[in-house]
Amino acid sequence: MPSQRILSGRGLVFLAVLVAAAVLVPVLSLAVPPASPFHLSAYAVTLVGKYLCYALLALALDLVWGYCGILSLGHGAFFALGGYAMGMYLMRQIGARGTYANPNLPDFMVFLNWHDLPVTWWGFSSFTYAMAMVLLVPGLLALVFGYFAFRSRVTGVYLSIITQALTYALLLAFFRNEMGFGGNNGLTDFKDILGFDIQSAGTRAALFSASCAALALGYVVAAAVTASKFGQVLVAIRDAESRTRFLGYRVETYKAAVFTLSAMMAGVAGALYVPQVGIINPGEFAPANSIEAVIWVAVGGRGTLVGAALGAVLVNWGKTFFTGVFPEYWLFLLGGLFVGVTLFLPQGILGLVDRLTAPRRPEPPAERPVAPDEQVLPAPVAE
Amino acid sequence: MTDPVLTSSLLYLDDVRVSFDGYKALRGLSLVLAPNEMRAIIGPNGAGKTTMMDVITGKTRPDTGTVFFGGSVDLTKRDEAEIANLGIGRKFQKPTVFENHSVDTNVLLALKAPRGAFDTLFGRAARDRRERIDGILRRIRLWDHRARRAGDLSHGQKQWLEIGMLLAQDPKLLLVDEPVAGMTDSETATTAELLREIARDHAVVVVEHDMAFVRDLGVKVTVLHEGAVLAEGPLDQVSADPRVVEVYLGR
Repeated sequence: MPSQRILSGRGLVFLAVLVAAAVLVPVLSLAVPPASPFHLSAYAVTLVGKYLCYALLALALDLVWGYCGILSLGHGAFFALGGYAMGMYLMRQIGARGTYANPNLPDFMVFLNWHDLPVTWWGFSSFTYAMAMVLLVPGLLALVFGYFAFRSRVTGVYLSIITQALTYALLLAFFRNEMGFGGNNGLTDFKDILGFDIQSAGTRAALFSASCAALALGYVVAAAVTASKFGQVLVAIRDAESRTRFLGYRVETYKAAVFTLSAMMAGVAGALYVPQVGIINPGEFAPANSIEAVIWVAVGGRGTLVGAALGAVLVNWGKTFFTGVFPEYWLFLLGGLFVGVTLFLPQGILGLVDRLTAPRRPEPPAERPVAPDEQVLPAPVAE
Repeated sequence: MTDPVLTSSLLYLDDVRVSFDGYKALRGLSLVLAPNEMRAIIGPNGAGKTTMMDVITGKTRPDTGTVFFGGSVDLTKRDEAEIANLGIGRKFQKPTVFENHSVDTNVLLALKAPRGAFDTLFGRAARDRRERIDGILRRIRLWDHRARRAGDLSHGQKQWLEIGMLLAQDPKLLLVDEPVAGMTDSETATTAELLREIARDHAVVVVEHDMAFVRDLGVKVTVLHEGAVLAEGPLDQVSADPRVVEVYLGR
């Protein structure tokens, strides 16, 4: 019992797939000649790399929603903040190669007639500093937000609404030119990362492998956290918050801690996403993005980690396919998918797999009938 | 803060008043409990039994009044987690266990141990943990069910598990709200036996409607009515009190 294994058989398969992809994809993209049917185009590599970033975001969301019952509808904000931190580093790498050839200021600042680099941009020429910000900015925001929200015992729908408000407020703020993050247009026209051409097939393959590694690391961290006693307390909070409190656990501390960890993982996902798509703009803060991430987790299977990652990849692969074939129907399909999963697959795809493959459990011994007021499992979606 | 007169009592409530939107749930409740004493609290619905438990465990702050624990600790200034860690355990009316955890893990999570997030994330388990969990599981008659998911237990078993979780906390005082509601007669008898066992080394306050069960416990009874104490004493004595008969027993 208490000392659970951190990695299940499923988890090991998941990690093996990621390691294989991290090695094979660059080989198929770089070493196999374009004429070969096994060649992977840079476009395909980037597309799947993008899915992996979404998978890491889904994993982060599953940690708070699936294990602790915190339905965050604003996780896209942490993803976008991580993305902006990376974008700022990439902007500083452009140097004097911008349209205005200003060695000290990014193009949009020259355009706005600014003369000095704002304080918020200081240090972003350093990759190390930028990577620290990728973790610290989302983490700090989540810590402060979580401290106040959880201490005030905001839970359930109300918490979901304020997380949604959080990302919407950031969306509006980042749209403003005065914020100094490129306003409406965001940050783009990146040239290179760590001295490598960001457009080259080699860099793209490296970013893909880095995304695999980040997802694998994120998975191992999340699996270790959920297998620890800390993780058992998270599930206890999800299922019976006041019982946990009356046992003497500080529920607000646990929630703030896991929310912060999750936000940092989301920030890393955003940071890997931006160099692969080549742009970050305030649209990434759109509330709809955060809701979509919740759908990925629900589709794959809440509280399974692997399922969340799988859901993100599958739904986004479907999105790529359907927006190509029937662009106008995608949103209806997505909405229908969420309703369908909620109604028919409450445990998502992995839950279905478990049900189909599990050996039939012996019937529990006959017991007295269930009392009318007996507690039934709350439906976590409605919480 | 410390009143020398109070130090001998484990729990001391004096003139506690609580109102919700004008409704007076407690109107000057006073109660004194000695260490290792077992007390039954009875009273009709709305008498303030659950509100009293809420005040003691920090869920509800009283408008006025004094609540001391262990003679010197002011409970009105602490929150639920602090009060739990001071040594007050609470069992809810509806059995509340961690449905998705095994019976074993339920007891483990309740076991007295550092409660901080850092401790549970990186801490090492105490060596005697297994023995303590096993001892509790035997005591609450769930040893054979230890690997089962708590949500799959019967209603009565969940009640016992919750009592076991209180034991694991090793509190000085257990508050038990209607432990036999919805139980069969044999489960009720077992529960009474279990509580008497526990009362040997813990103070216990039991709120209960079931008179046969209260008689079975054979302890001092406090009758609450409209948020204050109406009568106190052995069950035979209070049930002979005409005021008690009028508000409660006679109905």
